[in-house]
Amino acid sequence: MRRPLGAVVPIRRFARCVVLALVLLASGTALAQKSGGTLRVTHRDNPPSASIHEEATISTVMPFASVYNNLVQFDLSTDRQNRLETVSPELATAWSWSEDGRRLSMKLRAGVRWHDGMPFTSADVKCTWEQLIGQRDIGLRKNPRRSWYFNLKSVEASGPQDVTFILAEPQPSFLVLLAGGMSPVYPCHVNGAQMRTHPIGTGPFRFGELKQNESMRVVRNPDYWKPGKPFLDAIEFTIIANRSTSVLAFGAGKFDLTLTGDLPPSMVDEVRAQAPSTICEVQTTNTQANLLINRDRPPFDNAEIRRALNLVIDRNAFIEIIGRGQFLIGAAMMPPPSGLWGMPAEDLASVEGYGTDMATRRAQAQGIMRKLGYGPDKPLRLKVSTRNIPAYRDPAVLLIDHIKHAYLEADLEPIDTGAWYVRMLKKDYQVGLNVQGIGIDDPDVVFFENFACGSERNYTAYCNKDMEALFHRQSQMIDFAARRKLVWEIDRKLQEDGARPVISHQRQGTCWWPYVKSIRLSSNSIYNHWRFEDVWLDR
Amino acid sequence: MGSYLIRRILLMLLTLFGVSVLIFTLLRLVPGNIADILFDAAGMIDPVEKQKIIRELGLDQPLVVQYMQWISGLLRGDLGFSYISEKPTIDEIAPRIPITASLAAMALTLSVITGVPLGVISAVRQNTKLDYALRVFSLSGLSLPSFWLGLLILMGFVHWFGTIPIYDRNNTPLEQLAFMLVPAMAVGYRASALIMRLTRSSMLEVLRQDYIRTARSKGVSDTGVNYDHALRNAVVPVITIIGIEAAFLIGGLIVTETVFNIPGVARFLVEAIRMRDYPIVQNLVMFIAFSVVTINLLVDLAYSLIDPRIRITD
Repeated sequence: MRRPLGAVVPIRRFARCVVLALVLLASGTALAQKSGGTLRVTHRDNPPSASIHEEATISTVMPFASVYNNLVQFDLSTDRQNRLETVSPELATAWSWSEDGRRLSMKLRAGVRWHDGMPFTSADVKCTWEQLIGQRDIGLRKNPRRSWYFNLKSVEASGPQDVTFILAEPQPSFLVLLAGGMSPVYPCHVNGAQMRTHPIGTGPFRFGELKQNESMRVVRNPDYWKPGKPFLDAIEFTIIANRSTSVLAFGAGKFDLTLTGDLPPSMVDEVRAQAPSTICEVQTTNTQANLLINRDRPPFDNAEIRRALNLVIDRNAFIEIIGRGQFLIGAAMMPPPSGLWGMPAEDLASVEGYGTDMATRRAQAQGIMRKLGYGPDKPLRLKVSTRNIPAYRDPAVLLIDHIKHAYLEADLEPIDTGAWYVRMLKKDYQVGLNVQGIGIDDPDVVFFENFACGSERNYTAYCNKDMEALFHRQSQMIDFAARRKLVWEIDRKLQEDGARPVISHQRQGTCWWPYVKSIRLSSNSIYNHWRFEDVWLDR
Repeated sequence: MGSYLIRRILLMLLTLFGVSVLIFTLLRLVPGNIADILFDAAGMIDPVEKQKIIRELGLDQPLVVQYMQWISGLLRGDLGFSYISEKPTIDEIAPRIPITASLAAMALTLSVITGVPLGVISAVRQNTKLDYALRVFSLSGLSLPSFWLGLLILMGFVHWFGTIPIYDRNNTPLEQLAFMLVPAMAVGYRASALIMRLTRSSMLEVLRQDYIRTARSKGVSDTGVNYDHALRNAVVPVITIIGIEAAFLIGGLIVTETVFNIPGVARFLVEAIRMRDYPIVQNLVMFIAFSVVTINLLVDLAYSLIDPRIRITD
């Protein structure tokens, strides 16, 4: 029966009124940010330094990202996925590419000052990136992002507010690299030692203090170039080494926010049980557990044994046992929908080692090993090396159990943190279980950092010139769909080649109390959203 | 007495020299150095940059030179710089010492003021229900790991009081004192249990002596017998164990400081070892060694004050 027209209109009008009221309410809330207060954040360990360019850990990025600014950043207000389309201005107000895609010119914001009062100019930008590509030494001890800038030839400062990045080849993702949380601009007049201990930036907060193993504090920058921001007076990070204490203290209201991506799914459940009103988000952290296989030494110089090892890993078991069902199966690139570049599930299932039929895969692995003369009575003995910390050790133990099905009898070799990378560098291992964070969900970062010949983070020293040519090819492609297709092909080849078999992509939690407003997390990174300039406390 | 003291002080110096050589050598025997640790946070190692750091920190010098530089600096009062914070070592260590010292002192005091009287009561009321209860109490203290006990205490506070007693530097001194009592009880429980058991067994032995029977036959009150006659003689081995416990307390404090998030030297030392921050570890170990040998000397001197039969002679 047709509804009388007169009855519909009032309902529509009412609905419109409700929507309008909600919009007004929302905008009213947006306008009512309260200034002041100290945000109290839990932290897990002592940051190695405050110099973001020298570290690759969230322990440094989260407490100190608010001291700095980038040239550009990811805008999370409209889209939570970090990608090229969400890149927005920060210290650069506008940018343009040359026709050949090899020159990126940027107009810099005028009137910005460093926390010590010196003016920010293009010289600082030039200085920062020249350090990163090894053309200048401003006293940084380490440079973990060198591989990101494989394509950057030089930086030109044509005027105080004009800077141009000159690339060897076109690289659309170059802007994405500049937008990451690990790409702040450093002041040219401050040396590396000071940047490690008392950093100077242009950001919304100034460095307050860093008490080793105790706390870090940043305080409001009253001269911040964004008028009215930040809202907080200070942010205090308290180091609580014991995770149980940290969770209890957060639940008891001693802290407002937890260190991002630090809570495993099981602990998120604990927080929710202890303090049901808290907001907890479990996000894909862009951290993956993967296998380092030493293909230069027997027995893994034999491609068939590498294949058997890859076949016998039950990735679902890792996801259920270690990740409580929250982790994700993926290849080198983060899987969708969080990740932008990962293979779709149906494609991934067709990659060797990823099919769901575990019994068939085990039988295949056993067949390979039998052909090579191994069996239940004559297993291949080996060592699985890993860092001696639970995040590494737990999956390693599970791995040892899995590979037994392919007649691989392994002993666990826990390696002290101080010796881990030394052993990797010397290639003094057979199979290593590695857990690795990746700064930006972009193929230029993942491929060049982990699989390019000569990269310092290419722990297995995998070097395949044909693959490297493909890395460069995808890097230069403008068309997103075509580039993604090629990225999937590359990723498939890397997995089938056993370059660094990926076991799982981690998802971890961040929790905060409802009175902490404007916390926005990316869907595909934990590193790129900690400027804290919009965060305020409603209490 | 004078020459005894001189002999003891010389022995102390010899011990400290031995400790200095031992800690210096052991630290360098552990795999990995500060450069490896610094690169760990960067997730990579660049051999050229690593060499630069090693050179910058003087770790490329021969070990003997490094040792002499450290010792001569120590004697001059120059403790060097922390490799991690790049601040003077003394500035890193000094603010943490009073925190740990006060926690240790509170824990030790609590353990003595509970352990000794309870031990006496347990001995005097041997094989009664009270004795059994006190023995269970002491056995629990010796059996429960302090990290577990600490976590239980924290969970209990959250459950019943809705708050958590962890260190907060914004607390007033009075609040800080009240807070410190909780971890001090957690760490002092074990020492208290040990002191109680030792006091009990020592008391039981003394209570069977003839002079105790004589005292009772003279009509001395129970309190007088137990505390003036028996305890005074039974307490000598207890003092020894208190001295030893004071040294061992540092081990318990590492865990307690971690669980209650107290920024003291014990947790700091462990972290410094993990980070291979040699200047912090070496100087802190020397400080702890100095404290331990001094406590030992004081305990030895205390014997003669407690028991007139013990005389320190030259």
